[in-house]
Amino acid sequence: METFTLSLPSALAATAPATSPTAASAAPDVICGIVASGNLEILVEPQGSSTCTFEIHTAAEGFRETWDAVLADFVQRHPAGGLRFTLNDVGSTPAVVALRLAQAHELWLRGRAA
Amino acid sequence: MSKLTMNDREHRLARLSAFRQGRIVPAERMVEVLNALIEPGDRVCVEGNNQKQADWLAECLAQTNPDQVRQLHLVQSVLALPEHLDIIERGQVERLDFSFSGPQAGRLARLLEGGKIQLGAIHTYLELFARYFVDLTPKVALVAAQMADREGNLYTGPNTEDTPAIVEATAFRNGIVIAQVNQIVDRLPRVDIPADWVHVVAEAPRPHYVEPLFTRDPALITEVQVLMAMIAIKGLYAEYGIRRLNHGIGFDTAAIELLLPTYAASLGLKGKICTHWALNPHPTLIPAIEAGFVESVHCFGSEVGMEDYVAAHPDVFFLGPDGSLRSNRAFCQAAGHYACDLFIGSTLQMDLQGNSSTATRGRITGFGGAPNMGADARGRRHASAPWLRAGAEGARPGQMPRGRKLVAQTVETFREHMAPTFVERLDAWDLAESAGLDLPPVMIYGEDLTHLITEEGIAHLCRCHTPEEREQAIRGVAGFTPVGLARDARAVENLRDRGIIQRPADLGIAVSDASRDWLAARSIKDLVRASGGRYHPPAQFRNW
Repeated sequence: METFTLSLPSALAATAPATSPTAASAAPDVICGIVASGNLEILVEPQGSSTCTFEIHTAAEGFRETWDAVLADFVQRHPAGGLRFTLNDVGSTPAVVALRLAQAHELWLRGRAA
Repeated sequence: MSKLTMNDREHRLARLSAFRQGRIVPAERMVEVLNALIEPGDRVCVEGNNQKQADWLAECLAQTNPDQVRQLHLVQSVLALPEHLDIIERGQVERLDFSFSGPQAGRLARLLEGGKIQLGAIHTYLELFARYFVDLTPKVALVAAQMADREGNLYTGPNTEDTPAIVEATAFRNGIVIAQVNQIVDRLPRVDIPADWVHVVAEAPRPHYVEPLFTRDPALITEVQVLMAMIAIKGLYAEYGIRRLNHGIGFDTAAIELLLPTYAASLGLKGKICTHWALNPHPTLIPAIEAGFVESVHCFGSEVGMEDYVAAHPDVFFLGPDGSLRSNRAFCQAAGHYACDLFIGSTLQMDLQGNSSTATRGRITGFGGAPNMGADARGRRHASAPWLRAGAEGARPGQMPRGRKLVAQTVETFREHMAPTFVERLDAWDLAESAGLDLPPVMIYGEDLTHLITEEGIAHLCRCHTPEEREQAIRGVAGFTPVGLARDARAVENLRDRGIIQRPADLGIAVSDASRDWLAARSIKDLVRASGGRYHPPAQFRNW
């Protein structure tokens, strides 16, 4: 098991939590995916910072460079500033991680809009 | 090698007078029959492919007298059974020409490295069939059929597969055809092989083996595979209007089949794509057939459990007068090569030129049919809209205009255990070196590859003008593999601007929409239900 935390700059997610923390925190937290072999679950919560923070718990050790690349790509493609993603991973491939992050992100945005 | 003469065949068959009643011999005497018939140096074909196997005759051959049955030249599609390798290990084989080895790949590599036999060549199915009619005609062919009548006519039924090609070459060139059948009956449902092409028939102690190779459980299809299927349907099938096609085996293509009545239908593509197929009766095609998506399917072989379903669809499949499927591997391979506009399949490794291979060190798996399906048909002359368009996209000014077959590979950037699919150098090079092969065993050559699909999007390689562009297009969809991370980001963005690389978003596909909910069947049981109870899955696929 390997655990690490990483904060990256990203365009603000919809309503900026930094300028309007109450609006962001009004959106419900979102859980996406399942903890299973080759899969992962992701918890999305707003946080009081304009960066995007990832807390990774992964069963597969020694893939830090790949994680960095996947997460850097994600914050570039999606406005995720002000969000905190907690990942429980059981050895999923970057394809699965990227897919789940996109799904979790959209679910959170949808919850906010609702 | 003994000279092939009519007298020779008659002379050999005369030795069987003690065993044969007409063409029929008792099963318990088959080893003696083979001892009496086969001479040193004979070319022998034991029928088998990735589906049906003349497995009992292979066992009998492995029990023959090595002093008599020796220096054989095996000329056959597969070496998939332990008995095929036992014959080699017993020192009865001198030379080998084959196409595919599958589960025995590791053992075969060790026998070849140990210098136990000479390897002629590794062929595709169609090439080996072709050589049966040129310089590798079998002297003795051991084939499998479902039934024989008392005259020796054969019913090969849904799993006809390779039998017509093997028997025709052997019987019409003074060779001897021996058939194992599951059952001898008074009257056959239909005659697939006439009796005067067959010389010895025995009722085997058990039915011949058939592998359910083309069954994929929808429950195991992942959301990443659904995403890639959406990209294939929108970015490739709809884009080119592909109606005539062949699918390789695997979960990636199963996902596409299961998205036809749902996702493809929602895009208004029914009747516009995937109407005519060269394909085995994949259980995952059932929902598309039931939705009226499919007009015609010709099959290489059958698939275990699909017999009743196929028989209920004379509107779609090629059936005999008895109502059961007639498959034919040689014709279907020709159909896939010349009559289809698209082949799409998967692979284990791809290099930066787009060459792909399933070879790994220490295993000689061979080719099967994929190289003939996944290759431009340079001899094709008839035009179709997708073929003309693919040809025009890569054309240089002043060149003679011609069409091009669409050849696509659909792969995830990483396989299990984080093994990258994209590599600088294929393992095929190491295998060629260690096994002394003439060439690295490449399944599909990069120059034939027109499209590459990964979870990162689609690369229209046929739209690239230079080898450098192709390399960046491949790197551009290679994701977070070392090869992908080494891409030139500006070159890749340029390719994206020109529509050579399309991300899911560029195709109007929301990645978050890639859900298993799109699958028209989510389990084997769903497939049974969709078939109206006519699909009978083999026990290993039943979990209820």
